[in-house]
Amino acid sequence: MTPHMLTRSLDRSATIFLAVVAACGILIPLSNLLLPAGSFLQVPTYLVALWGKYVCYAILALSIDLIWGYCGILSLGHGAFFALGGYAMGMYLMRQIGTRGVYGNPILPDFMVFLNWEKLPWYWYGFDMFWFAALMVLVVPGLLAFCFGWLAFRSRVTGVYLSIITQAMTYALLLAFFRNDFGFGGNNGLTDFKDILGFNVQAEGTRAALFALSCLALIIGFLICRAIVSSKLGKVLIAVRDAESRTRFLGYRVESYKLFVFTVSACMAGVAGALYVPQVGIINPSEFAPGNSIEAVIWVAVGGRGTLVGAALGAVVVNYAKTFFTSGVLAPYWLFMLGALFILVTLLLPKGIVGTFNAWWDQSKEKRTPATSVSAAAEDGVTEPKMAE
Amino acid sequence: MFLIAFALPAFAGPFEDAVAKFANDDFSDTEEAIGVIAGSGSKLAFPIINALQDGRLMADPDSKKVYVTDADGKSIDAATGEAVASVPDSASAVRLNNRLRRSVDAALGSLTLQSPDLGTRLQAAQSVFKSHEETALEAVDAALAKEANKSVKAALTEARAAILLFKSDATEVEKLEAVATLKARGDQDALALLTGMGDQPASVTKAAASAIGSIQNSLAVWSMVQNAWYGLSLGSVLLLAAIGLAITFGVMGVINMAHGEMVMIGAYTTFVVQEVIRTRYPGLFDYSLLIAVPLAFLVAGAIGVLIERSIIRFLYGRPLETLLATWGLSLVLQQAVRTMFGPTNREVGNPSWMSGAFELGQITITYNRLWILLFTLAVFAILLAMLRYTALGLEMRAVTQNRRMAASMGIATSRVDALTFGLGSGIAGIAGVALSQIDNVSPNLGQSYIIDSFMVVVFGGVGNLWGTLVGAFTLGIANKFLEPVAGAVLGKIAILVLIILFIQKRPRGLFALKGRAVEA
Repeated sequence: MTPHMLTRSLDRSATIFLAVVAACGILIPLSNLLLPAGSFLQVPTYLVALWGKYVCYAILALSIDLIWGYCGILSLGHGAFFALGGYAMGMYLMRQIGTRGVYGNPILPDFMVFLNWEKLPWYWYGFDMFWFAALMVLVVPGLLAFCFGWLAFRSRVTGVYLSIITQAMTYALLLAFFRNDFGFGGNNGLTDFKDILGFNVQAEGTRAALFALSCLALIIGFLICRAIVSSKLGKVLIAVRDAESRTRFLGYRVESYKLFVFTVSACMAGVAGALYVPQVGIINPSEFAPGNSIEAVIWVAVGGRGTLVGAALGAVVVNYAKTFFTSGVLAPYWLFMLGALFILVTLLLPKGIVGTFNAWWDQSKEKRTPATSVSAAAEDGVTEPKMAE
Repeated sequence: MFLIAFALPAFAGPFEDAVAKFANDDFSDTEEAIGVIAGSGSKLAFPIINALQDGRLMADPDSKKVYVTDADGKSIDAATGEAVASVPDSASAVRLNNRLRRSVDAALGSLTLQSPDLGTRLQAAQSVFKSHEETALEAVDAALAKEANKSVKAALTEARAAILLFKSDATEVEKLEAVATLKARGDQDALALLTGMGDQPASVTKAAASAIGSIQNSLAVWSMVQNAWYGLSLGSVLLLAAIGLAITFGVMGVINMAHGEMVMIGAYTTFVVQEVIRTRYPGLFDYSLLIAVPLAFLVAGAIGVLIERSIIRFLYGRPLETLLATWGLSLVLQQAVRTMFGPTNREVGNPSWMSGAFELGQITITYNRLWILLFTLAVFAILLAMLRYTALGLEMRAVTQNRRMAASMGIATSRVDALTFGLGSGIAGIAGVALSQIDNVSPNLGQSYIIDSFMVVVFGGVGNLWGTLVGAFTLGIANKFLEPVAGAVLGKIAILVLIILFIQKRPRGLFALKGRAVEA
């Protein structure tokens, strides 16, 4: 990522977005920690945790947009990568509990003691070290995505077939993680975390720091995605999205491009999951539910497929709406609304909020200065997503 | 000895003698008494032993009198059968221990061996087979001599064999015969008897070993047959759920994630039909499914046409968007049903002709599973014939193969689209009628089938109904054969992983449509 690429990749909306995220990442924790509780500008801790969750979802949405919006791969199993990253972090947090668990076993987590396990399974080794867990947050989802993608893309599984087998993948993982003898806490998952890197996960300071870190991760993830999609590689990805066979006939190894971007995206989802777990305080197999992955896709669709800013925005907007509606008297109607959102967005707003806004902006700009708009659109690294197939 | 016997005039015969022994409150005396009474042939034998089993046999140690009381508080003298006004306060229930309970069971078994009711006799013979108490031998022999019914006779012969096998003083010939009989029976119980028979003459041990081997072989074969049947049954359920999808996804190329909800709507239609029948026309209950099938087809089909006209037709050529929109639709439909009928499971009954089971060799086949299998095959055949021989079927195939050419030939493609989608949804609806018989009718009914259905269609090959058939039965049978080895959940995971690997190998399924399209 050279400085040149960075500057080139930052257009107007991206700059605004980064500025807003950075401002939130700095101001919200500061307001939470420094201002007196109850003051008008003070952000309560529960809101910090809630918005931290949204930011993690935004990273997940970003990772989905990278492959769906720019490469035409609709993964209905990205929740699996998210959850795997979350489990890797959860395992580290479980090991940090030490003797403070209900059974007080210094090595084994409570659920293993409960299941009469004699010793730690081999795949739990190393998770007492933060660096190892952090590495696994990237490696496990990345490796799974690499193997899965290597098999799928090489045999040219595309379109809805790929969507369906990614869904089957997360469904299989859901079933597996529900099992007690799988060694990840079964139904209950991993919870009752005490501290992370020596700081209490419940403490206000830790929560504020996690929030700031999530914002930082969102910024870095955004910059990586931006760098990818505006590079030459990104152009090839867009070509794959719009006409896969033509790209292949032009001599590009389509599967390598897809595999690369799929793996990067899975790693990002893993990071999002890892940041999500300490803020929410639990990870359980329901994160693998196919419904969650599809819901994440709709965030991207709402915000605007093929616009990275839109993906992040969509995640925050939809989840804010979800929190707002499911906590009030409207709770029984939330699923109606979510379902209607799926239908209406695909039917009436195929470009999403940001995509539609961009189109409108460009159009009105065209009216104002007809001469420059053509070159401006050509300069813009991103074209409108044309629906492949 | 004689003097003593005659000195007790109250106790006339061996039966009365035996009855009096209950009053001694001694376990070995009680056991002796049970044996004598069971073999006595007295009318009172059954009520006495039965009362003993239930703790209703009262014995008075002072007068040595024994009474049978029943639940209403009436009592009779056990020795004479005469009614008595009340049981003396000094009487207490005759006590039993575990060994005695076994003798009681055996005695009851032999007592019911000659009951006039066929079912009771058969049950009695089977209970003697299980207990194989030596004391029952005489009763079995007696019953065997009189028995005319073939199946009861077979059961008695087996019971006799079981007794002889464990009888220490039976001759070697008798024992060899017994082993042969048990070998012919060839089930798990026979195997248990043969493996647990203890010390025997060498020739018997040898015969038993070979019998055990042959029974184990035949049991292994039967367990294969059973797995295959379970697999067929699961396959038929999968096929039923996937067959509508094979039309909408396979023929039209529309990803309908709300397919499972069509199944659910069919199941709820059945529920409503049964509710109406229960409250208005209870006599029609056995016909409820026959009424529900066309209704479910119409309801789900109409909803399908509505969905196609209002949503899906705007999304043709955009499969990924269709997937998302129909997923949203599935959420709406689920929530709508949840609001209307509540989130809990609703009760859908089995009509009488679908309840129960019958035995085939060593396996039990339930009628509802059998009917579902037959029903599925019938639906499949009708659908196939419809696509092949009707005008609509012809138009559907034409539109699938070349939409623009079909349109040029004057086929109203959008009408065909709507009807095809309606047909697929309608079939999902009648699948719901069948599935309501074996699954919980809840708003989540459809969700549990959607992934499996897609797996079946993708595995079998899109656009090919035969592929769906083969795919469904292959997956069903593979699942049931993996289950005993790997467990239910791991088996399912293994199947999913295998399908994922399979799709890598054959991305277009088992029976791919041949074509030259680069981007299908």
